Amino acid sequence: MNRLMKHREVWLALAIVLVVVLVTLRFSRFAQPTNLLTIFNDTSILMMLALGQMAVILTRSIDLSMASNLALTGMIVAMLNAAFPGVPIPALMALSVLIGAGLGAFNGVLVWKLDIPPIVVTLGTLTIFRGMVFVISGGAWVNAAQMSPDFIAFQRAVFLGLPVLSWFAIVVAALFYVLMTRTPLGRAFYAIGVNPTASVYTGINVGRTKFMAFVISGAVAGLCGYLWISRYVIASTEVAGGYELTIIAACVIGGVSIAGGIGSVGGVLLGAIFLGVINNALPVINISPFWQMAISGTAILLAVVLNARGERSKGRIILKTAETA
Amino acid sequence: MTDQPILTLSGISKSFPGVRALHNVSLELYAGQVTALIGENGAGKSTLVKTLTGIYQPDAGEIAVNGQKVTLPTAHSASAAGITAIHQETVLFDELTVAENIYLGHAPRNRFGLIDWRKMRSEARLTLDAMAAGIDPDIKLRELGIAKKHLVAVARALSIDASVVIMDEPTAALSQKEIEELYVLIDLLKQDGKAILFISHKFDEIYRIADRFTVFRDGEQVGKGMIADTSQSDIVQMMVGRPVEGIFPSRQAASGDVVLEAKGLSHPTEFNDISFSVRKGEILGFYGLVGAGRSEVMQAVFGLTRPSAGTLSLDGATITPRSPADAVEAGIVYVPEERGKQGVITGEPIFKNVSLPSLGTTSRAGFLRLAEEFALARTYTERLDLRASSLSQNVSTLSGGNQQKVVIAKWLATLPKVIILDEPTKGIDIGSKAAVHDFMAELVAQGLSVIMVSSELPEVLGMSDRIVVMREGRMVDTLDNKGLKPETLVRLAAGIAEDMAA
Repeated sequence: MNRLMKHREVWLALAIVLVVVLVTLRFSRFAQPTNLLTIFNDTSILMMLALGQMAVILTRSIDLSMASNLALTGMIVAMLNAAFPGVPIPALMALSVLIGAGLGAFNGVLVWKLDIPPIVVTLGTLTIFRGMVFVISGGAWVNAAQMSPDFIAFQRAVFLGLPVLSWFAIVVAALFYVLMTRTPLGRAFYAIGVNPTASVYTGINVGRTKFMAFVISGAVAGLCGYLWISRYVIASTEVAGGYELTIIAACVIGGVSIAGGIGSVGGVLLGAIFLGVINNALPVINISPFWQMAISGTAILLAVVLNARGERSKGRIILKTAETA
Repeated sequence: MTDQPILTLSGISKSFPGVRALHNVSLELYAGQVTALIGENGAGKSTLVKTLTGIYQPDAGEIAVNGQKVTLPTAHSASAAGITAIHQETVLFDELTVAENIYLGHAPRNRFGLIDWRKMRSEARLTLDAMAAGIDPDIKLRELGIAKKHLVAVARALSIDASVVIMDEPTAALSQKEIEELYVLIDLLKQDGKAILFISHKFDEIYRIADRFTVFRDGEQVGKGMIADTSQSDIVQMMVGRPVEGIFPSRQAASGDVVLEAKGLSHPTEFNDISFSVRKGEILGFYGLVGAGRSEVMQAVFGLTRPSAGTLSLDGATITPRSPADAVEAGIVYVPEERGKQGVITGEPIFKNVSLPSLGTTSRAGFLRLAEEFALARTYTERLDLRASSLSQNVSTLSGGNQQKVVIAKWLATLPKVIILDEPTKGIDIGSKAAVHDFMAELVAQGLSVIMVSSELPEVLGMSDRIVVMREGRMVDTLDNKGLKPETLVRLAAGIAEDMAA
């Protein structure tokens, strides 16, 4: 299975390179390192969100509320910053992670203790969280003039040649890699995704493991709430509306099985980058933004077809000689 | 009996990428006779059945029905050729009625080409009555138990006027009484002139109903003949390719301290007032018909369900496992009956399966250490003589017997005090069975306590020190396994009074 995954990631990487090469033929500056780094920076938030989503999808669940969580958390920290400009940025960031994790825990508890299907739970909280944005803001925006200079400047600071936002994506990806491959919790995500019944019989608490996945996706959404608001310098009720589908798309293109149990950090990163490259490339070569959606959709379907082929079982091994071969 | 076979297979070969599942196999089925297809798991029986039912296409060889060469490109063409199969896990439709299940695909039509419901139901009723099945054709299939579902499958076979009926381990999920009813049906099918291919692991069944036999080993046909002229040990020898001695390991009954004791365990719907104790170094057998509540008791002991009353104590201290994790922590582990669904995490490699419950001890400061996991997996799989190319091999590519070894290895690695084995050898081949039995004997010799739930009489009698018999959720008796007669156990489990059994 590992070899197959790597194989698939190689294909995805090649597809990205192909798009970059094709666009560069029309617009030679596209492949310049500075532009590629810009694309990476533009895609950072999507990468982090998709990694959070992957943790949830691995456990045969789905988190539709991530974008609403992001909007709510972002609005809270933006309003705090406007009201108390003196609160240091690291404290605001820690707070956004905590709020996001709390909202994720709310999803998780409903899934764990009340045994409600995750798609129903997060469809509900998608609306609730979005509604809370209206409630706390009264429908008003927080704009650049109301935010403190630090609030806006922090993620744009350049450290070792990269903006802080890009570094966030790199660190989060590294943490997810360790979580997924080097911790019992990561192992449990995969185990309950592949076979929930056998996982119960092995002593894994399936409900609590799902709960943890929702807390993680919520924490990531919360962190991205601050990053999103400070990047686009506006906190409104419409922030990241519908973005949950883009997050899921990045996961699917990256080879995460919607049926759970299959997915890798590398694949998800490539899936997000693929969408980032497409979105950056199409305007450059004068393709209407209306086509972007169709092209992203085609990429999703292609990815699903490829995944389905990859997951097709190889037939049973009958002969003893083959078993030991 | 006619000498011309109804169905002839000759020179059938079938390969999958890298795997030769069948090689130059031949088989003849005769009208009005039962031919037993015998072989260890992985001998190619399932592949043969799939070839006969149009699911697989053979790479070489011929299939002939009544001397006419046929090809079976689809499942539909197989039933058109008069071949039908009754599977281990019945492939019928729970949400349809019995009559619909019987006539699915060949329902009688009225003059408008629509399904003639009245005719379908009346004919279904006629067929079921002829079998003395006692099933209402209008109820949904999901309301029936597994045995009755088999009857529906048989009715379906009769309704499509099949000349060849394949029964793939039909008794695997049936109780003794239901098996007897199935024998009656098979006799009915025989009288009707059907040729029956009967696949089973159980010799008593084969000798009870089969006329002929064919033995497969590693995808090849290694022997055939008349059951009446052949001894069991000859067939066993053909299956395994070597003589099998002393089916069960002999050992000394131990009498250590009581390790696990249950008092008055009850559950609102599943079992009532169950008390037992198991000593250090003892094998406690649980016998009963399928559905007697044995697995349910074990699941409560393992923390999967919570008993409504009663106490459990381990080494004298009361325990209340609220989850399997609690039970494992306390030192009780459970090897479930459904290997594929509940036992192994198919799709994950062997080493991850083995280390899963032991990750706490193989990891340090919350981080996994792969080297430790491999070492742990290697230690325990070697003890069990697991056959695999590497520990990174996906467990779904292993045979049933080797998967069972993975599950047992997983639990031994947690250093348990009590190991509960639920139907430990169900559906695994003779070679692996003996290995599991030997290993059980070894475990108790090392001071472990074993609780073994089994529906196979020879296994219960061959392995247990004491036997708890359950019937319909209640304990019937606890017996010392000294000079115990199989009849006694069956009588207690079935609730037959002594004079009737004698």
